[in-house]
Amino acid sequence: MKRFAKGLLTASVLAFGLMTAGCGGDSALGGGGNAVSGDTVKVGLLHSLSGTMAISETSVRDAEKLAIDEINASGGVLGKKIEIVEEDGASDPQIFAEKAKKLFQRDRVATVFGCWTSASRKAVKPVVESANGLLWYPVQYEGMEASKNIMYMGAAPNQQIVPAIDFLLKAGKKKMFLVGSDYVFPQTANRIVKAQLAASGGECVGEEYTPMGHTDYATIISKIRAAKPDVIVNTLNGDSNVAFFKQLKDAGISADTISVMSFSIAEEEVKGIGAQNIVGDLVSWNYYETTATPANEKFVAAYKKVYGEDRVTDDPIEAAYDAVYLWKAAVEKAGSFDVEAVRKAAADIAFDAPEGDVKIDGENQHLYKRVRIGKVNANGLIDEVSVTEPIKPDPFLATYEWAKGLASE
Amino acid sequence: MDALTILFNGISLSSILLLAALGLAITFGLMGIINMAHGEFIMVGAYTTYVVQKALGSVLGDAYFFVSIVLAFLVAALFGVALEVLVIRRLYGRATDSLLATWGVSLILQQLARSIFGAPNVNVVAPAFLGGSLELLGVTMSYKRLFILLLVGAALALVLAILYKTEFGRRMRACIQNREMAACLGIRTKRIDCMTFALGSGLAGVAGCALTLLGSIGPTLGTSYIVDTFMVVVLGGVGKLIGTIAGAVLIGVAGTVLEWVATASIAKAAVLFLVVLFLQKKPQGLFALRTRALD
Amino acid sequence: MPFVLSLFRLTLLAKFVCYAIVALGIDLIWGYTGILSLGHAVFFGLGAYIVAMHLKLASLGTVLPAFMKTGGLDALPVFLEPLRSGPAALILAILVPVVLAFLLGFMTFRNRIKGVYFSILSQALAWAFVTIFIGMQAYTGGSNGITGFADYFGMSLTAPLDMVKLYYLAVAVLALAYIGSTWLISRDLGKILIAIRDGENRTNFTGYDASRYKTFIFCISAALAALAGAPYVPFAGIISPKELDIAFSVEMVIWVAVGGRGTLIGAVLGAFLVSILKTGVSETMPGAWLYFVGLLFVLVVLCLPKGIVGGVEGLRTHFRRCLSGAARAQADS
Repeated sequence: MKRFAKGLLTASVLAFGLMTAGCGGDSALGGGGNAVSGDTVKVGLLHSLSGTMAISETSVRDAEKLAIDEINASGGVLGKKIEIVEEDGASDPQIFAEKAKKLFQRDRVATVFGCWTSASRKAVKPVVESANGLLWYPVQYEGMEASKNIMYMGAAPNQQIVPAIDFLLKAGKKKMFLVGSDYVFPQTANRIVKAQLAASGGECVGEEYTPMGHTDYATIISKIRAAKPDVIVNTLNGDSNVAFFKQLKDAGISADTISVMSFSIAEEEVKGIGAQNIVGDLVSWNYYETTATPANEKFVAAYKKVYGEDRVTDDPIEAAYDAVYLWKAAVEKAGSFDVEAVRKAAADIAFDAPEGDVKIDGENQHLYKRVRIGKVNANGLIDEVSVTEPIKPDPFLATYEWAKGLASE
Repeated sequence: MDALTILFNGISLSSILLLAALGLAITFGLMGIINMAHGEFIMVGAYTTYVVQKALGSVLGDAYFFVSIVLAFLVAALFGVALEVLVIRRLYGRATDSLLATWGVSLILQQLARSIFGAPNVNVVAPAFLGGSLELLGVTMSYKRLFILLLVGAALALVLAILYKTEFGRRMRACIQNREMAACLGIRTKRIDCMTFALGSGLAGVAGCALTLLGSIGPTLGTSYIVDTFMVVVLGGVGKLIGTIAGAVLIGVAGTVLEWVATASIAKAAVLFLVVLFLQKKPQGLFALRTRALD
Repeated sequence: MPFVLSLFRLTLLAKFVCYAIVALGIDLIWGYTGILSLGHAVFFGLGAYIVAMHLKLASLGTVLPAFMKTGGLDALPVFLEPLRSGPAALILAILVPVVLAFLLGFMTFRNRIKGVYFSILSQALAWAFVTIFIGMQAYTGGSNGITGFADYFGMSLTAPLDMVKLYYLAVAVLALAYIGSTWLISRDLGKILIAIRDGENRTNFTGYDASRYKTFIFCISAALAALAGAPYVPFAGIISPKELDIAFSVEMVIWVAVGGRGTLIGAVLGAFLVSILKTGVSETMPGAWLYFVGLLFVLVVLCLPKGIVGGVEGLRTHFRRCLSGAARAQADS
């Protein structure tokens, strides 16, 4: 029993120590301060620099840094230089939440540019809402969300998925096979696609999901052969795309026989897949490196000058770049860094972006965007096949009759 | 859909699993070392292929691939030697500790790949002569999958030849069966251990080279194989190569059939679950090494 | 506003307190009994998920969570109905992981699957579990996990004062868990566990059914992990499949390895130390964390097999021996 008594003592010392530690102010732990101090203003960058998502998110972070450097070089925002506080989300939603807390509560940044996956955005959402901060989210996503504390720079479903399926249907490709990774974006996107197909005379001839990191697609490709679709709608994520396209090509399925429409493959991903494995297949985005606007020429040149000629730009990279400039415009219109004022000022703010002019919708804080269907060329870049006028964002697909029952919240 | 396609897909998946697990069958199965960095050795092989193609692809044309098979073996073997000398040698007889240490090594290697080659996937262009597929009896067999089948056969033959036909193989088996006795007979057991481990690691490198044909090449390439390969070896029974082959075939074919009738996620989970259930009945695996040793 | 400012660090520290509770459980099975589980995060995560599901349901009232609607459900599934009640959720958060642990332990330990084989099996099962878990988006929130809770059993998650109260609660749970664990190992059970670790067959031959003891302690360990999961939810603000991941399971083991396996205080210290280091390193040099933790694994296993506590004790005995040696030499002269 001596040992037990010793344990009791240790436990009480431990508990006492931890309780006093909990009472201690932040003075002992350092930090604090305000967003604006002297002639600088602090903003947070929150992306995964390690883990599985680092693949995509480092480039997005690079684009944000580029924009910030450009702004600082031309005099800053409201006369203040932007100071970056960078955190690593480590591809883990829980870490994203923790780091977001740090940025908003401890560093007290003016705004945060960050996240990629829906999981990370959903993790940060309650944090940014309770801190009444502002998050600029750069990626297309499955929709069904509109937080007053988030600015959505990527496409809503009606600016990517819905027009892409329309495009396919108009091209006479009615039988579709849906392949996706087994997680939230593909499943939600495919529910939208299926509803749309049912309403517009298309047909879903198969739907398959594979776990993250899946590497063998022989069986799924056999299923695709058996189903004989006109087109494959692909929402696979990350590494799986490489395996899928390599194996698809060897099975004799290429853009000439059954083409693939992908929602998660941009120029960066094409590099890893290998242009020869995906050439001729379709994608749907709002921006490509080849998009012909004066702003884009400047942007691509600047990006390559800083990060190297072999780097490519793509939709999320461009959206992240836009985000910084849109924030700057909103701050200047508001005349203040205060989140509430910036948010109010942000409505209807326009920016001559590399993808063409974009405008913030004051209602749901998404962007008016043009939809571009693209075709992967042999150099690994994407050529525009068709382009629309700017489309009003509709994250809940409220303007579509067939989408009733999909929306939530 | 016909059974033949499923059968071919299943055998093809088995061959990939076997290739990835062959090195493990030696380091874990024969030597009893848990090397959680085995997947990262596969990654090392894949990146070696990438580097070889970058450096020599323009000179050698498609022949670069054969050069890279050899180089992938050598580079991964070198990593194996380094790991054995620096870490594993100090941990013989402490199996769970070597598991933890090699897990740490796997994290370091992943981050190293990220620092050197960048976080995004890199691309290896497969040799042109392996493009396309063979249509036979209504089954589409891609040449790459057929090539991997051949490669596995060759690798197996090589391993068996080394084990049973060479001086080194005899010493290796002696060390595995009774280390003290082997040492008494004048075999330099430490050196043999090191070379055996290098052989196993090198085979992982070859697997990595072959996998560039079918999948992605990135820092986390190895993590998608580590669970499967260990299950293959454990199911087959530790200590017997024939068991590893049987284990790979069972897991590969069962996985394919289940994926055909259900979904990929369910197939993956169900196969693992079935293997675990089977091991409850036969904890020693399919082919048990007979031994009277207890602790 | 010093109070608001320290809230961030407080929630961080609170998470570490929860980790320390898990570490106790890991130490009981690994440090004392020699069972290395690479799937313990499943027990932790499951406990947390059950509590998180209750919080979500409670904060929404009769409305369905968004992920269920987008997943295609029209009503709450029957098996989730009990989670509407708080006490039931708390009981289930412990009970479900323990039953799972019992099933796994009962089967594998009785069949003499031990050592690294158990580790590999636990890893494979954890992997299978997570794969299925992520796939069932409509029931689990999929890869997004569950987030957006308003309060925790009547306490507001945005009010600093309530968070401090919750923090004290977590510390109290840790203290109780520590006392409970000490009590367990100070009885005969502790000695039997160590005997199993050092020679399982010999323990069997002396008349103790090792598999029963192993199953029992495995369940206790799972219960501790689940117990830590419950207070973890309000501090993390989110629970996602990453918290069930094998990588997290291994991180739990490294806490104990660094602190010192086979001593309870070592497990607790290790959990705090590694987590504080992790936060520090990843804040100052994001990306370097993997190098750091990788090296930590290798170095601790190679140079400090008994962890920090073991190292300090080793130094102390060494010092004492030197002292007594010197004293003897003085007496001799």
